[in-house]
Amino acid sequence: MFTVRNKGRFAMTAAVVGASLALTGCASGDPLAPEPDAEAPSQTIVIGSQAYYSNEIIAELYAQALEAGGFDVERNYQIGQRDAYIPALEAGEVDLFPEYTGNLLQFWNPDTTATQADEVYAELVTAAPEGLQILDQSTASDQDSYNVTAEFAEANNLSTLADLAGVEGLVLGGAPELEERPYGPSGLQDVYGVAVGFEATGDTTVESLLAGIVNVANVFSADPRIGQNDLVTLGDPEGLFLASNVVPVAASDLPQAAIDIINAVSAALTPEGLVALNVQSTVDQLGFAEIATAWLTEKGLLG
Amino acid sequence: MTWVVSNLALIIDLTIVHVRLSVLPIIIGFVLAIPLGWVAYRFRLTRGLILTLVGLLYTIPSLAMFVILPPLLGIGFLSEANVLIALTIYALAIMARSVADALASVDADVRQAATAVGYSSWSRFWLVDLPLAGPVLLAGLRVVAVSTVSLATVGIIVGAQSLGYLFTNGYQRQILASVLTGVVMTVLVALIFDRLLMLLGRWVMPWMRVGRTPSSSRFRPRRRSHANSSSHSRLAPTAEPVSQGSAR
Amino acid sequence: MNLFTGAFAWLVDAANWQGSGSIPQRVTEHLGYTAAAMILAVVIAVPLGWWVGHTGRGKELVVGVTGAARALPSFGLLFLFVMVAGVLLREPASVIVLMLLAVPPILAGAYSGLEVIDRRIIDAARSVGMTEWQILWRVEVPLGLPLLFGGLRSAVLQVVATAVLIVYIGLGGIGFDIVQGIQLRRYDQMLGSALLVIALALILDAIFALFERYAVPRGVRAGRNIDVRTTPLGRRATAETTATSKKAM
Repeated sequence: MFTVRNKGRFAMTAAVVGASLALTGCASGDPLAPEPDAEAPSQTIVIGSQAYYSNEIIAELYAQALEAGGFDVERNYQIGQRDAYIPALEAGEVDLFPEYTGNLLQFWNPDTTATQADEVYAELVTAAPEGLQILDQSTASDQDSYNVTAEFAEANNLSTLADLAGVEGLVLGGAPELEERPYGPSGLQDVYGVAVGFEATGDTTVESLLAGIVNVANVFSADPRIGQNDLVTLGDPEGLFLASNVVPVAASDLPQAAIDIINAVSAALTPEGLVALNVQSTVDQLGFAEIATAWLTEKGLLG
Repeated sequence: MTWVVSNLALIIDLTIVHVRLSVLPIIIGFVLAIPLGWVAYRFRLTRGLILTLVGLLYTIPSLAMFVILPPLLGIGFLSEANVLIALTIYALAIMARSVADALASVDADVRQAATAVGYSSWSRFWLVDLPLAGPVLLAGLRVVAVSTVSLATVGIIVGAQSLGYLFTNGYQRQILASVLTGVVMTVLVALIFDRLLMLLGRWVMPWMRVGRTPSSSRFRPRRRSHANSSSHSRLAPTAEPVSQGSAR
Repeated sequence: MNLFTGAFAWLVDAANWQGSGSIPQRVTEHLGYTAAAMILAVVIAVPLGWWVGHTGRGKELVVGVTGAARALPSFGLLFLFVMVAGVLLREPASVIVLMLLAVPPILAGAYSGLEVIDRRIIDAARSVGMTEWQILWRVEVPLGLPLLFGGLRSAVLQVVATAVLIVYIGLGGIGFDIVQGIQLRRYDQMLGSALLVIALALILDAIFALFERYAVPRGVRAGRNIDVRTTPLGRRATAETTATSKKAM
């Protein structure tokens, strides 16, 4: 490479490589941010989201509403596990995160016994660590729920989880973690006396239920496929599941004006509204930014 | 594909981020592999040890690597650093072996001639060994580049933005176009990297452009070299890199 | 390092070795998918590779395919195939994806094993009166075994590594324990199962490495261990007249 003729060429190559290294170091910005990154003034609010398309839409609702209200917003979506973003929230790297009351309460207080929406919310507010505040919860909820197909419900006369007690050959489908969750197979056994096998179907849960691989499935309540496939959500009179309403978690020092905007958005979001947003994402296959803009405009929350 | 058209901006942004995620491990892996490969080549005792170690690193499945690196290095599990370091380790693993083999493939005659003419070890390495090992190095580098681009998609599991987002998000929302686009774009980026490296190699090593088959060379091929070189020419190394590791 | 002690504790905990979802079950599932994919891949790729190596036709295609196949993201392919096939067929779909990942290295190994054989040997075989089939089976295949096993070794690593990800499409394997550990924040499970799959990969690698070394015919092995780099001229001339002129690996 260092022959007499090629010294220049090799030097050029090294320069190009060095430049590209420098560029990779300098390049920043999240591709999921429709806005380019600006210099962050003190009013920049960093909004995060889970690796869940529905959560991303909700985060975008807050983001665009805040932008319309004059704030600079930086988006940091698809962060993934609570293990990652809760520390980030506590450390101040993220200022706002859309969460779900019940799941978050179980994260901070695994032995909680609260199950009703207001109970859960009250406990959550006290359980929140220093530096974080829980803003108003929305009526929209997106919680775990056990569903069966309409035919199965009819054939076995099912309307609540208690009705499952006499049915044979039950197999529960859900994420791998469901196996060990307090509301999983062990919870069903303890609270309702229902024995189920478990199949880790993960993201294929709804398809598996429809295909007959499992006959009871854990589907998030805001999943549009419940309605689309006529699934029957089994009632939960004993409160196996915690209520899990949409609730924004924010840094304690968030400006009041921002809080008001966020609370207005949360108040305007209804359970049916959330399902409709999810439908736009999965059926109409629209992007989250588009969906958010349309919804905010309709509710008059933009500007 | 209307989905592709309406999400073009997202696809392009993700591609750029993916490229950025892949380039660093390729370059750092290459740079670190040269001294490592040289040690493996130069000191016969260490050759087995280093290559075995490096081979062991390569056998580690990507998800397992993402899991064991944080406790070992004290980095966050869901951090980009986790993915970058894992990708660099894989790149290093492939490249170190390639460097060792490349240096070993340099004809001992040529090396001895260089020493006889008066090159010191240091200048002989840079002016004789490395240029002659260039083609094999390039082949290894191409394998590394393609593997890294493909492997970077798995980084989405630990939160590193890449084209892998199109897989997980598309699967969640059951949008086939998204998953398909992700696969196509990943392959495209990998092939572009491969092509660019090939062109880079031709530019930096112009002697590679000389005809590979003996029939096109100016010299009348000796029968012995014809029998060997037509199937295993040093200038067209296909056997080893091709059978080496690939995307996981 | 208490994370690692926790991981080892999880690995030896008797409770994890019985019941459903136990370690042996996961390992068996994992090996099951790996074996199925490898067998299918061998059935397809080895004859094809031998044919290309023997006749010399389709060389560029093989090289091109193996090169391009390396670019395929296995993660994405899993999702793609399962989406297209539907969830009922997710097991065959994932075995097919694993097979597709295993074919290129095996193909490359089979083909290059035959490619590097000294042409003079083939000529000699032909001149002695062997038929094409005899040349293939008695000469080329045995001489090509080392590189073939190298390809198999590479393929099995691909498959084991990708099989870790099938948990994302609702199947089992050791990846299940890793992902469940991540979701439940159980660091001992996460780390323990990661170590388990690494150990599995290493064991399989070692097994195939042994095959690679000992599948070589005796006569070939005798002439192989010549390091071109350090031998003076005289011995090198001898080396080139032995069974294969392939460089020592």
